[in-house]
Amino acid sequence: MTFTQWFHRLGSPRWFYQASGKWLPWLAAATLILLVAGLVWGLGFAPADAKQGNSFRIIYIHVPAAFLALAGYYVMAVAGAIGLIWKMKLAEMAMRPAATLGAALTFISLFTGALWGKPTWGTYWVWDARITSMLVLFFLYLGVIALHYAYTSRDAATRAGAVLALVGTVNIPIIYKSVDWWYTLHQPATIKLTEAPTMHPAMFQPLVVMILGFYCFYALALILGLRAEILHRERRTRWVRELIGEDAV
Amino acid sequence: MFQFDSFQALVAMGGHGFYVWISYGVSLAVMAWLVISPLKRKRQVLGNLKRQQRRTVADGRRTGEASY
Repeated sequence: MTFTQWFHRLGSPRWFYQASGKWLPWLAAATLILLVAGLVWGLGFAPADAKQGNSFRIIYIHVPAAFLALAGYYVMAVAGAIGLIWKMKLAEMAMRPAATLGAALTFISLFTGALWGKPTWGTYWVWDARITSMLVLFFLYLGVIALHYAYTSRDAATRAGAVLALVGTVNIPIIYKSVDWWYTLHQPATIKLTEAPTMHPAMFQPLVVMILGFYCFYALALILGLRAEILHRERRTRWVRELIGEDAV
Repeated sequence: MFQFDSFQALVAMGGHGFYVWISYGVSLAVMAWLVISPLKRKRQVLGNLKRQQRRTVADGRRTGEASY
């Protein structure tokens, strides 16, 4: 199979719908196992932080959610770019579920961050560089969702959403670098790809499990959202009709 | 090793129980919604199509009888 053939097949909503149906049980099982293991480990077995006490356990939700909120922005922006350049249907369809998922994960990281901030810094909210740039990310996601409803023409809505998503990528490096450029309240990164983590292994290991669990969760939720979107947009096609025929009989 | 002596200690989290449990509870609720809502939407789309199909079949039968 040549690359072009592979690319076209991957871009076919019908092919994706059928193939992803087979991946779902495995993905769901992996997500469930990793998240349950990480939660029990992080909540009950990881040692409490010497300075912060047990409030530190919020890290096991806060950091993975923030990771995926950022990674998910790339997914949305790349899907938007592919949709703009090659008019790939599947990429266009992925944008809205990716935006919903990203907005929800950004909300989780902001919300848990606020609850962690209260016992640690004495305040729920502060206009710190990291927190503010995450809030901008939240509004970017909401903007992409809003654009989908703002246009009557689906093509125009998809194009506008993709352009906004691409322009918004400027914010991503700012979020990453914010803790180094403006050292205010939020602590710098504990985990770096290039260096060893500055965390005790007993605290770090459950975090790795949770991050993996969140990656699986992201893939699972994105595929579910994409499948619903595919059925909705392809509802007049023959293959969806046949799918119902099988179901109904 | 388990860090808490009793269930009460686990709930209290050394005074941080409120912050920890609200964080986990709200996050898990949002995540559950992210999985449930696309499943519901899928069922809705399929349900609408099925109803539509049944109606078309029924209409076909009726017009068929009328022509006799």
